[in-house]
Amino acid sequence: MEIPYVTQPRRDTGLYNAKVGIWLFLASEVMLFGGLFASYIMLRVGAPEGTWPTDLLDVPIGTINTVVLILSSVTVVLAWSALKLKNFKQYRRFQAVTILCAVTFIVIKSFEYREKFTHYDVVLVTGERVDGHLKERGEDEQGEEYLVLSHPVSYPAVNGIAYRPEAVREQKKSGQIDADRRIAQSEVKSIKNWSPAANTYFAIYFTMTALHALHVIAGALVIAWIWGPGASLWKTDPERYINRVEVSGLFWHFVDLVWIFLFPVLYLL
Amino acid sequence: MEATQTQAQRQSVHETHHEQGPGFLRQYIFSTDHKIIGLQYAVTALCFLLIGFFLMCLMSWSKAYDMAAVPVLGPLLETLLGNAAAEGKISPDLYNSFGAMHGTIMVFLAIVPMVFAAFGNYIVPLQIGAVDMAFPRINMASYQFYFLGGVVMLTSFFIPNGAAQAGWTSYSPLATVIETDGQTFWLIGMVLLITSSLLGAVNFIATIIQLRAPGMTWMRMPWFVWVQFVTAFLLLLAFPPLEVAALMQLMDKLVGTSFFLPTGMALTSGEFATAESAAASGGGSALLYQHLFWFLGHPEVYVLILPAMGIVAEVISNHARRPLWGYRTLVYSVLAVGFLSFIVWAHHMYLTGMGTFISAFFQTTTIIISIPSVVILTCLFITLWGGSIRINTPPMLFALAFLPMFGIGGLTGLPLAFNFADLHLHDTYYVIAHFHYVVAPGTIFGLMAGIYFWYPKVTGRLMNDYWGKVHFWASLLFMNIVFMPMFYQGMKGMIRRQHDGGAGYSSARNPDGIGGLDDTVMEFNTVILMGALMLGLAQIPFILNFFLSLKYGEKAASDNPWRATTLDWQTPTPPPHGNFRQPPEVVRGPYDYSLPGAKEDFVPQNQPA
Repeated sequence: MEIPYVTQPRRDTGLYNAKVGIWLFLASEVMLFGGLFASYIMLRVGAPEGTWPTDLLDVPIGTINTVVLILSSVTVVLAWSALKLKNFKQYRRFQAVTILCAVTFIVIKSFEYREKFTHYDVVLVTGERVDGHLKERGEDEQGEEYLVLSHPVSYPAVNGIAYRPEAVREQKKSGQIDADRRIAQSEVKSIKNWSPAANTYFAIYFTMTALHALHVIAGALVIAWIWGPGASLWKTDPERYINRVEVSGLFWHFVDLVWIFLFPVLYLL
Repeated sequence: MEATQTQAQRQSVHETHHEQGPGFLRQYIFSTDHKIIGLQYAVTALCFLLIGFFLMCLMSWSKAYDMAAVPVLGPLLETLLGNAAAEGKISPDLYNSFGAMHGTIMVFLAIVPMVFAAFGNYIVPLQIGAVDMAFPRINMASYQFYFLGGVVMLTSFFIPNGAAQAGWTSYSPLATVIETDGQTFWLIGMVLLITSSLLGAVNFIATIIQLRAPGMTWMRMPWFVWVQFVTAFLLLLAFPPLEVAALMQLMDKLVGTSFFLPTGMALTSGEFATAESAAASGGGSALLYQHLFWFLGHPEVYVLILPAMGIVAEVISNHARRPLWGYRTLVYSVLAVGFLSFIVWAHHMYLTGMGTFISAFFQTTTIIISIPSVVILTCLFITLWGGSIRINTPPMLFALAFLPMFGIGGLTGLPLAFNFADLHLHDTYYVIAHFHYVVAPGTIFGLMAGIYFWYPKVTGRLMNDYWGKVHFWASLLFMNIVFMPMFYQGMKGMIRRQHDGGAGYSSARNPDGIGGLDDTVMEFNTVILMGALMLGLAQIPFILNFFLSLKYGEKAASDNPWRATTLDWQTPTPPPHGNFRQPPEVVRGPYDYSLPGAKEDFVPQNQPA
């Protein structure tokens, strides 16, 4: 005996099995990201005065990535509706754009990550705190190590990282930010890059965006598989094939939606 | 796998009289049939149940005879676990490992896979008249993730420094800073187990929504199916926050973040010793971990108990030859329990200083959830009223014992629900006794009832009645000997998680101290050890009965030896692939026992009037 409602919807629920499955799975995913957002709120509310940084991320790049994902959301629907109209070629074109968008998103995101990993935050023995993009690191003629930071931002360490945006504003006005800053090893009290271990903000930023990026990659792989090697099903069981496209599309919308929440929370607030 | 299959096909082409069937691997190891997967779950989970039980015996030994070499098993422990069990003694660290892993194994690897995945997989599709689960391959993957998670958990015993030591709750910061990779194994194992239960839960719910046979309306579903439905929702929605907690703790351990390490926490040794990095982190909240953990942790309690209630309801209705009393009430109650279980979690955290207002809120919801729980138990009791009770069979004995035993567990929970009483009882043996009464003589009796009840459907043979009764009476007696003294110990103030069983706080060792643990408290440790060992012996008749009945058990007289009404009994024995002879059509409710005017005292759901 065959399992019923694999392709045809059940009368009283109006849904085929996989659609019920994906909605349930998404409910679970909502709880997963919900847990992370709740953690974000608790960590931010509980952070001691002056320790929660803002304005550390590149908003234009984040905006571009948001647009890229929204575009992919549109094409994934267009692809599905093209398939519903039995236009397989059209479907392939639209879905190719979707996959391309996913790849673009990941590429941009990885450059963003790299940017952060090579950004160094230095506390000097004088009590000054300087951070900037690592431009050069080496030894001078005397054999002392040094590093050069481009676009350095400096402020008193006691003010805490929350003071940074104000310092940026001032030093942009004065032009101080455009000059590279050379720091000798002997001046350095502590140094670390903007990795997840840098502070709790980066910890939650990297955790949430990395988990989201994994979802993007997984979604793109599934969509690409259906698009490429899985397409033979279109000839044997077109309705089931359309269902697969629809279900993967639902997942894709969810991934986009998560980003729509992540972007303001991490970049803008 | 494919090779064996094509070979089998080729063979069947050449020798037409050979039956064409899937190979052994395909049929038993990589099966997609819900019944085989259910059995895989059952066998694996029962093995883990035994492992968890052994750990408990070793812990009882340590509590009663602190730092004395373990008799008989000592040398074996030393060979297996190395330094932690030097000279066959259980070191405090090893005790902590055993404690953490006993909890983890029992909850996540034994009970949930048994009552939810095993019984659910085997019985639910049969009871709703489906040919299989909605997603057979996802079902197979679910078992494989579970198995992998179990392997990871077990492996962690044998790595340097041993398994996780911070309790089954793995509270940070303790869990993060203990210097063993066991915690990392634990976290990875948990992520695998969560994945498994996610796949399982999606499958169960989709199956129940989509694959009900014609005529099987929602209010004609056996209550057991309802219970599994609610349980699946609990797993689906409550586990992800724990996954979040596991991921974040993993980040803390491996990447050096400080999600759960509060600013200013002073650590004097270990890899996290720099106080400055914690100070610069901008927060980090130990309380956050507890919130995330118990957001799963409390619904999990209902995941443990609800399916057992479902089994008990089926057995009681069948053996009392009466319809389940208040079927609709039961359905709404279990839905209410499921919903409320999501808003009671912080009653595990009264002592954390989260504030009296929040405590008062969770105290209120906790008391409210006891109402539908009591309603369920009351309905089960009233079902017996005026029934024609077949009392003297193992499934019915276990089901009947479940009622008062769960009652003890439930009622002793009330003082814990109240903030002020909990301040005294928190983290004592009272708590241990309370939840073990719910889970051990509660859930385990429920699942034993289920095993004796459905054994003839699965194998076509009955388990031995006499040895079943021996198993029952001995288990009942020794369960109580193990857990009853713990109430006393806890009320006297004996704290849990001590390898010496509280000896360090005994009045014998501190004659001048005030409020030391008296001699009776300490002597109970020995009583508990003896009870535990006897409880172990009491399981031998069950294990032998379980295996020997496969071959020597009395053959079931028909496909429906208990004369039951639900669809699972209207299948051939054992149910073949596809389950039913012809697609069943449901025409009546699930519990038409002793219908006036009917030829027999039961009318199956698919039998027309």
